[in-house]
Amino acid sequence: MLRRILLAAVAILLVLASAYAAFFIAPTERTMGLIQRIFYFHVGSAWAGMDAFLVCFIANLLYVWKRAPKYDWLGVSAAEVGLVLTTVVLVTGPIWAHPVWGIWWTWDARLTSTFVLWLLYVSYLLLRTLIDEPDRRALLSALFGIFAFLDVPLVFGAIRWWRTQHPSPVIMGGPGSGLEHTMKEVFLFSVAAMHVLAAFLIIERYILEKMKNEVDILQREAEAL
Amino acid sequence: MKNLDSVFAAYLIGWAVFFLFYVSIAKRTSDLRAEIERLKNVLPRSKG
Repeated sequence: MLRRILLAAVAILLVLASAYAAFFIAPTERTMGLIQRIFYFHVGSAWAGMDAFLVCFIANLLYVWKRAPKYDWLGVSAAEVGLVLTTVVLVTGPIWAHPVWGIWWTWDARLTSTFVLWLLYVSYLLLRTLIDEPDRRALLSALFGIFAFLDVPLVFGAIRWWRTQHPSPVIMGGPGSGLEHTMKEVFLFSVAAMHVLAAFLIIERYILEKMKNEVDILQREAEAL
Repeated sequence: MKNLDSVFAAYLIGWAVFFLFYVSIAKRTSDLRAEIERLKNVLPRSKG
């Protein structure tokens, strides 16, 4: 319990510190001005979201292979946290886009593939509510989760493979890309902060899923009496 | 200070989403804890 409280405190402090750094330490971008400061939160959330889906994908593969319930619990926990992070990406993106592009949304490859990713993981969670039998639910959702993850490389590659309204990558974007030194430091700090927050949320969600399993077992025992 | 309100809005909405998600986890955990306690109290009595 103490470790969980400590992780929560660290996550909150890091997220607040990353916001402070984005507002007061990072320099103002020359073309976009103040609005570019959304970048640190928007991209930090996006990277943490992708990594949460990666955790879900690995947990799904492990469930299919080993059929241990703990991988099912981890899969659904990471999927839910990834979905929350992607929701933040889909909300902060249009707020940034509107003053810069003059539009809230456009159906370009990056935005569309991210929205499809969001829909896929909503479907993953909905699918789980439709199946009562725990082993069948875990297996089918693991198989669906493996399929859903196929969209993640598409989201990553969309701004590299196709011309999009969304800007080209500034990190891992090849020659000509890159960030000013202080911007890069603030960005990497924000990414780290969002990952700690994601880890904290996944752990909390995992404990919840474990308790659900305990309730199921106790209910079956009660029914058997 | 152009667009400062939009930057604040983005951060505040984002934090609100995380906060509400955490509250939903805490609420569901608390409900399950109560249910576990209730079932544990019922089971020994039935067995006895």
